[in-house]
Amino acid sequence: MRRAAPVSVLCALAALGAAGACRAVDPTQLPDPALQARYVALTHELRCMQCQNESLADSQVDLAADLRRQVREQLLAGKSDDEVRGWMAARYGDFILFRPRYSLRNAWLWGAPALLLLIGALVSWRVVRTRTALLAEDREPLDEDGRA
Amino acid sequence: MNRFLLPLAGFVLLAVVLAIGIRHSPEKGIIASPLIGKPAPQFALPSLTDPARLVRSAELKGHWYLFNVWGTWCGECRAEHDMLLQVRRAGVLPLIGLDWKDDDAQARDWLAQLGNPYQAVAVDRSGRTAIDWGVYGAPETFLVNPQGIVVYKHVGALTPETWARDILPRVSAVAATRS
Repeated sequence: MRRAAPVSVLCALAALGAAGACRAVDPTQLPDPALQARYVALTHELRCMQCQNESLADSQVDLAADLRRQVREQLLAGKSDDEVRGWMAARYGDFILFRPRYSLRNAWLWGAPALLLLIGALVSWRVVRTRTALLAEDREPLDEDGRA
Repeated sequence: MNRFLLPLAGFVLLAVVLAIGIRHSPEKGIIASPLIGKPAPQFALPSLTDPARLVRSAELKGHWYLFNVWGTWCGECRAEHDMLLQVRRAGVLPLIGLDWKDDDAQARDWLAQLGNPYQAVAVDRSGRTAIDWGVYGAPETFLVNPQGIVVYKHVGALTPETWARDILPRVSAVAATRS
């Protein structure tokens, strides 16, 4: 993040000279278009650990280039997307994955929406029930009054 | 009573969840290493001081060591250097250096000028070994036990506090139970 400001300044300066030159962070072109598509998708969903809000694809730091090289080599070696993700997570933790995986540790997080919905349903059911009961109570004295 | 019970339970639940969140939140952006409790990554890299020789992780097994990732391009590493020299003087455990994506001549100059705290320095020019260790910014220091398991990782300059609080007790606790 600390490097983001100077980089953007450089980008602005470079844009004045040669528009678009700064966008070519990653000039990789794999021979197979299908492999290239997987490479682009993977580098976009892996985090650059040094500038944590950028993906590997967008980052100009050295480490991101090294990690892109790893993705490239592993894809060319015939590894699956999941194998590449697993390889990265084994070294840098799940934090490197922009799209979190399901695990026992974060199961409660995945289950939370359903749980909250259930709690909401319970609460509204109770509210409706007590209100109906109150309404019924309200009516009773009226009825009695009416009869009296 | 009953009508306060449910909100109270909700509040306690939320408090517990948030407390866990705060406790586990990364301190100053430090990311927990998945390597802790796992075998240290293997490597065999040329030695900085003697390029004809290889520094092998296999040879490090059998005793405690600190694995310190550094580079002459890294300002924090300069700040950390005096502490590393103190660690060497303390003589508790050896320091193994990983010179990460650096210029060999500059690195040798650095050690000649500032003093060499390392028992051995492995040269990682390609950055592959650093990636295997999950390094994302120098300096980083790993504590490895005699079984070759990574037991602790420190990101950033090593400080006397970290040394006294996180490293020394781990090494001496095991030494104490053995004797």
